[in-house]
Amino acid sequence: MLKYILKRLALLLPTLFGVITLVFFMIALAPGDPARVMLGERATADSVEQLRHDLGLDKPLYVQYGLYLQRVVKLDLGKSIKSGQKVSEEIWDHFPATIELTIWAMIFSTVVGIIIGVLSATRKNGWIDFASMGGALMGVSMPVFWLALVLIMIFSVKLDMFPTGGRMNIRYYFTPITGLYVLDGILIFFKSGDIKVFISALHHLVLPAVALGTIPLAIIARITRSSMLEVLNQDYIKTARSAGIKESKVIYRYALKNALLPIITVIGLQFGLLLSGAILTETVFAWPGIGKWIYHAIEARDYPAVQGGIIVISTTFVLINLVVDILYSIVNPKIRLS
Amino acid sequence: MKKVLLLLLALTTISVSGFAKGQQSAGGDDMSASDSKAGGVLVFAHSGDAVGLDPARETDGESFMIADNIYNCLVEFKPGTTEVMPALAKSWDVSADGLEYVFHLREGVKFHDGTDFNADAIVFSHMRQLDESHPYFEYGPWKYWGYMDMSAIVKDIEAVDTYTVKYTLLKPEAPFIANLAMNFAVIVSPAAVEMYKEDYTNHPVGTGPFKFVSWTKDDNIVVERNPDYWGQKTYLDRVIFKVIPDATARTLALKKGEVDIVDFPSPEDIPGIKATEGLKVVEQAGLNVGYLALNCEKEPFDNKLVRQAVNYAINKQDIIDGVYGGMGQAAKNPLPPGMWSYNDEIEDYPYDPAKAKALLAEAGYADGFSTTLWAMPVSRPYNPNGKKVAEIMQANLADVGIDAAITSYDWGTYLDKTDQGEHDMALLGWTGDNGDPDNFLWVLLSAPAAVKPAGNIAFWKNEEFTSIIKEAKETADQAKRTALYEEAQVIFKEEAPWVTLAHSLVVEPMKEEVMGFVLYPTGKRVFSEVWLQK
Repeated sequence: MLKYILKRLALLLPTLFGVITLVFFMIALAPGDPARVMLGERATADSVEQLRHDLGLDKPLYVQYGLYLQRVVKLDLGKSIKSGQKVSEEIWDHFPATIELTIWAMIFSTVVGIIIGVLSATRKNGWIDFASMGGALMGVSMPVFWLALVLIMIFSVKLDMFPTGGRMNIRYYFTPITGLYVLDGILIFFKSGDIKVFISALHHLVLPAVALGTIPLAIIARITRSSMLEVLNQDYIKTARSAGIKESKVIYRYALKNALLPIITVIGLQFGLLLSGAILTETVFAWPGIGKWIYHAIEARDYPAVQGGIIVISTTFVLINLVVDILYSIVNPKIRLS
Repeated sequence: MKKVLLLLLALTTISVSGFAKGQQSAGGDDMSASDSKAGGVLVFAHSGDAVGLDPARETDGESFMIADNIYNCLVEFKPGTTEVMPALAKSWDVSADGLEYVFHLREGVKFHDGTDFNADAIVFSHMRQLDESHPYFEYGPWKYWGYMDMSAIVKDIEAVDTYTVKYTLLKPEAPFIANLAMNFAVIVSPAAVEMYKEDYTNHPVGTGPFKFVSWTKDDNIVVERNPDYWGQKTYLDRVIFKVIPDATARTLALKKGEVDIVDFPSPEDIPGIKATEGLKVVEQAGLNVGYLALNCEKEPFDNKLVRQAVNYAINKQDIIDGVYGGMGQAAKNPLPPGMWSYNDEIEDYPYDPAKAKALLAEAGYADGFSTTLWAMPVSRPYNPNGKKVAEIMQANLADVGIDAAITSYDWGTYLDKTDQGEHDMALLGWTGDNGDPDNFLWVLLSAPAAVKPAGNIAFWKNEEFTSIIKEAKETADQAKRTALYEEAQVIFKEEAPWVTLAHSLVVEPMKEEVMGFVLYPTGKRVFSEVWLQK
C-alpha cells in the first residue's frame, strides 16, 4: 500500500510539470500585450515599456519560462501584479473559504444524491423514479449561476429564510481561527459559550452549498440509480431476499455496499470539479474563496496570480483523485494495486 | 449515517427558523451621543475588494473609496463638485511666476496612531514618490504619481517650518493644485509607514474621519469613527465595506435590508429599485466621456464639413436609450457636466440626416464613401458596449451614404493601433483623474498629444485650440482659466474632431434612511457627513 502511494505521489510530479507548462504557455500566448491591457487608456510608450520590464515580459519566452519553473520549484509563486502581495499568501487567505464551501456542497450532494438514487432504483419506473430522474436531468442542465440567483430570489428575498450572501453576519466582529467558519464557530462555542458564530456560519452556507452541490447531486443520483439496478438484478440479492432477509437490510447492507464503487469514483471526480465550479457560485454569493479570487485575477490580467491559483487547484484535484483511488482499494479489496 | 443526517436537518431548521430573525437586529444600535444624527453602522456593498490601502500605490476605485474615508489631502474637492477647497492646508500662496506653491497647514491635527501631523509628514508622503534616493521610494511603484507626470512638474518639496511647506515646480502648471486633491497625494503617517514598511498597505494610518479597524480579504473592510477628527463631527460609528461581486446579488441584498447602499447596480435593476418602497437612488454624471474620434490625418476626415456631416448623421438618443439603458446622458462637450468651465451655452449637432447629406455633397461626397468604424471590445463606464454602439452608428451612417465597415481587435491591440492612427473612425473614451479640464482637453485634444503613440486619436492639430488650453494650463487664476476653457470648447464644437457620445451616469441605490450621502464627480465615496434617520 505504502509503495503504491509513493508511486502515485511520484507520478504527481510529471502531471504538475505538465499543468505548469500548459498554464504558462496558455497565458503567455493569449492575444494582447498584458502591459498594454493593464495600463488601459492612460498608457504612454514609456509606462508600457517600464511595466513590460517590471513584469519580465521583455525577455524571450523561453527565458521567462525557465525563470518561472525555477521559482515554482522553490515553491515561490511570485507576487500578484495587482496587490504586490505574495501569491502564496493570497491563496492561503482564500483557500479555507472554498474548502469549507466545497465540503458542505459535497456532503449535501452525496447524501441526498445517494438517497434519491437508491429510492429511484428500488421503485424503478414508479413516480418517485420519474420525478427524481426528471429532477436530476434538470439539475444537470441548469446553469449554476442562474440557479444561485433563483435560490436567492426565492429563499432569501421572498421567503426571508437565508441571507443573500457572504459567510457570516456582517455585523459580528469575529476573528477567524482556522478560516473554516463552522469549525471556528464550534471552537468559539467551546471557548466562550457563544453559539451565534456557528449558527450564522451554517446559515450562510446553506444556499451556496445547495447551488454548488446541485449538479454533482444530479450526477451522483443517476449513477447510484444505475449502479443499484445492476446490483439488484444479481443472483446473490435474489438469494438474500429468498432467504427472508429484511428488504431494507438487503438494500442498504448488501446492495448499496456493492453498488458504491462507481459512485465513489464519480464523487471523487465531482469533488475536483466543484473546486472549479466554485468560481460562479462564489461570485454570486459573495463568497470570498479561491474561485472568486481567480476570477478577479483573470479580469485584471494578474498573470502570476492566475498561474498560482490554477497550479494550486490542479494539485488539489490530483491529490483528491489519489485519495479516491486509495479509498477504492479499501472498499473493494479485489482491486490489485498494481 | 441516519444520525448525522438528522443532526444536520435539525441544525438547519433551527438556524432557519429561530436565529435568522434574531441576527438581523444584532448590530447597529450602540448609539452613545445625544445628537439625534449620531450613531449607527452603515454597510456599503461594492463590487470588488480594495487592492491595497496605501492609495499612492494603487490605481483602482475600490481602494480609493476606502482611502477617501481614512485619509486627508492638503486640498480636497468640495462635495459634489470638482472645485478644490482647503483641507489639511488652511491656505496657500502661489508665486507670480507660478513656480512656487507655499501651503500653510492646519495645526493640532493628529494621525490615528497619535503622532502629530506637520510639514514633515507632507514632505515624507510626497518625497517617497518623487525622490529616488528616499528610503521609502522602493516601496512603490508610485503609479498615479507617474500617470499624472508629477516628476515632470515638481522639482522639490521642503518643510519651511513645522506648519509651512513649499513646493517648487519645474514649469507653471495650474492643474497641479487639483492633482494634490487626488488619492495618490494623501498624507500618510510617517511613523506607521516606518513601522509596517511593506505591510503598511494592510495597516493604513491617516488623519481622516474614520480609523481603519479590520480587513477580511475579499469579504469586508471595517472603519470606525475617529473621535478626534479635525473636521466636522462624523455621525456614523462604523462603516463596513462589503464585497458583493455580482450586481444582481448586490441589489437583492439591498432589497432584503442586509446592506444600506450599493455601488454599480446593473442598469436593468434600476426601475425595480426605484419602485421599491423604502429605497431611493442618488444620481450624478460621471467624470468621463465616450466619443467617436474622426481621424483628421486621413481623407475624407481632414475635411471639416465631412466631420460635421458625421455629427449630424448620428442619432445619439437612440444609442443612449438602446445601449446605456438609463445609465448615460448625451454628451455635447468633451468635458463632463459638473466639471468647472463646462460650457453649457454650446448647442449640440442635432440628428439631421438631410443636413448631413447636404454637407457631404458640399464637401464633394454626394455619393458618400467607404470607411472603417472601429469598435472597442470591452465594456467601459463611458461606453458599456462598443460593438452595439458601432452597429447603430453604422446604420445611421448608411442612411446618409457612408459605408462604414466595423472593425475590432482585442483591447491591447485596439489601443495600440488607435494610438498609431491606423483607424478612420474609432470609439474610445476617457475617465478623468483630478477634476481639472486640462486632464481632458490637453490629454485628448491638444496638438502635442497627437504625437504617436497618441492620446489625441483624432490627430486633430488645431493651433488656436492648443494655444488657448496651453495658456489656461499656465495661468493660476481660476476665473481666467474658466473663460479660456469655455472658448476652447466652442472651437472644438465647430471643428468637430469627435462625435461626443455620452457621459455615464453614476447611480447609487440606497435605503431611504441614509441621509447626507453626496456623490462626487471624481468617484469619491465619503461617509463623513452621512447619518441614518431613525
